[in-house]
Amino acid sequence: MEKFEKLAGIAAPMPLVNIDTDMIIPKVFLKTIKRSGLGVNLFDEMRYDRQGNEIPDFVLNQPQYRDAEILVAGDNFGCGSSREHAPWALKDFGIKSVISTSFADIFYNNCFKNGILPIVLPQEAVDVLMKDAEKGSNARMIVDLENQTVSTSEGESFAFEIDPFKKHCLMEGLDDIGLSLEKAPAIDAFEAQASQARPWV
Amino acid sequence: MSPKTLYDKIWDAHVVSEDSDGTCLLYIDRHLVHEVTSPQAFEGLRMAGRKVRAPEKTIAVPDHNVPTTLGRENPDQMPEDSRIQVAALDTNAKEFGIHYYPVTDVRQGIVHIVGPEQGWTLPGMTVVCGDSHTATHGAFGALAHGIGTSEVEHVLATQTLIQKKSKNMKVEITGKLRPGVTAKDITLAVIGATGTAGGTGYVIEYCGEAIRDLSMEGRMTVCNMAIEGGARAGLIAPDETTYEYVKGRPHAPKGAQWEAAMDWWKTLYTDEGAHFDKVVTLKGEEIEPVVTWGTSPEDVLPISAVVPAPESFKGGKVEAAKRALDYMGLTPGQKLTDIKIDTVFIGSCTNGRIEDLRAAAKIVEGKKIAINRAMVVPGSGLVRAQAEEEGLDKIFIDAGFEWRMAGCSMCLAMNPDQLSEGERCASTSNRNFEGRQGYKGRTHLVSPAMAAAAALTGHLTDVRELMTENA
Ligand code: SF4
Repeated sequence: MEKFEKLAGIAAPMPLVNIDTDMIIPKVFLKTIKRSGLGVNLFDEMRYDRQGNEIPDFVLNQPQYRDAEILVAGDNFGCGSSREHAPWALKDFGIKSVISTSFADIFYNNCFKNGILPIVLPQEAVDVLMKDAEKGSNARMIVDLENQTVSTSEGESFAFEIDPFKKHCLMEGLDDIGLSLEKAPAIDAFEAQASQARPWV
Repeated sequence: MSPKTLYDKIWDAHVVSEDSDGTCLLYIDRHLVHEVTSPQAFEGLRMAGRKVRAPEKTIAVPDHNVPTTLGRENPDQMPEDSRIQVAALDTNAKEFGIHYYPVTDVRQGIVHIVGPEQGWTLPGMTVVCGDSHTATHGAFGALAHGIGTSEVEHVLATQTLIQKKSKNMKVEITGKLRPGVTAKDITLAVIGATGTAGGTGYVIEYCGEAIRDLSMEGRMTVCNMAIEGGARAGLIAPDETTYEYVKGRPHAPKGAQWEAAMDWWKTLYTDEGAHFDKVVTLKGEEIEPVVTWGTSPEDVLPISAVVPAPESFKGGKVEAAKRALDYMGLTPGQKLTDIKIDTVFIGSCTNGRIEDLRAAAKIVEGKKIAINRAMVVPGSGLVRAQAEEEGLDKIFIDAGFEWRMAGCSMCLAMNPDQLSEGERCASTSNRNFEGRQGYKGRTHLVSPAMAAAAALTGHLTDVRELMTENA
């Protein structure tokens, strides 16, 4: 996984509450064999009409938000299914961090597996950030994982909490696989011993 | 040394490292791969520039989403999404250099049937697959887990799995089974007794005389459904029956290696006095041929019973039973043998082996089906070939069954083999969930012999009645 660097990016405001995984990526796109490529169908039903034309009002269709890397969203983001397609779609679009007052549990964990930083902040802070996001592409929000802060384009800063181990993994770009690969010498040693003890395996 | 269970022994032999909180890195001896849960895992490897750590221990076969009709190897016969998934497996198998049985290979079949058949599954191994019915391989005394897509990628890259140890549970089936009662009835009866969450947090070891008496095919049927009882895995200690089955298989050890393997395998049993956290005992003589009436595998009753009233249950199960009866279109008090059947499906990793087909053919021989649709889907190309050699295909075809190519088929209805709305099926598969065999389809889980009996009479039937007739 890529290391999560300090992020200064465009934030798109999505004040809706309960944005579920079917809204993030509708079921019809789950038959894919890829993890990548889901970005074009991110928020598909809100983003395109039945004929496949963009709905101009939808935030990510507006010119100033097309390159958004941060989402500021309403309560309970990511509720619904446990499939990893939702974070895959967000990531593929280019979203690196999502800010909300709360997240569905499984989705929250799936984000970390895919290098996305979900940030939980109190309502007042999210309100301020939502206002800032509404300013469009000139307002760059700053997500500083190392110092655990989010700052508005005006420099107003909010501190957030995160599990130290999860923080470490994101900052170092370590996924489960990366971590287990750090134990490669132990795996090598096990294999050497096992091939003596059970050569038929 | 304190006495150990079979599970303890296999676990201990595979721990690579252990963290202070008990999280272990467990070494994986065999990784089985199919087309539906693996593409994203291979793509992940590619994106990270990683290789498959042990391609020689990794075996791929398409099964879930392949058509089971003749001529299916022609890609034009496949629906687009299957074609894409199968093509992806083709490419990934080649690119990463893993063992592969394509649709055109006679050895192709359901991954849990192919593994044992080819001798990939051996006693004392750790086996994983991106499919929950990996528990099947426990019949050999192998520790077999189902895993998700992220874990598939983890195993491909590291040949290990991050795991915490489960608790030990013993399920003992004492005595002898009565005629007409099979491994499927045992495994359903156990789930009926423990509930679908009864095994949660445990690895089950099945033992007792009735289990010992089973063939390997029967043992696989029992372990296959350990997952439906909530367990992480099911195990049966290896014995002469196991060695007999394994010996001479293409990937089984030979010569001196065989002797060395046998030396170890013979130590794979639960020590006298080893601790089990939970024990369940059933009497073999008391198990009857069973069927499911609801939409959970725990909704099991002997075929002689009647549809239960929701009020006879407790707590949340009352509502669940109401919903199930409504979905299944059944009325409390109705005799199970009065339930009319539209379709019969014989196949799946639970009951798609040669012995299952023999059991069904024995009931069907010389008779005609009384329903519109009945199909037999052998679990592998080799099972199909063996059955044809024994003339079973002819028995089925003459009776009115369709004789299909190997695959998962109507077990999960990803390919075009599906139930239509309200269609009622007696099925030898393992899940009767809402929509499992098709949108609003109705499933009654039964043994192969019971499925055959239902096909002949057009309603759920106690197979023992047909057996006396034949005798
Ligand atoms: S036959 Fe059914 S349960 Fe078995 S692997 Fe295929 S889909 Fe899964």
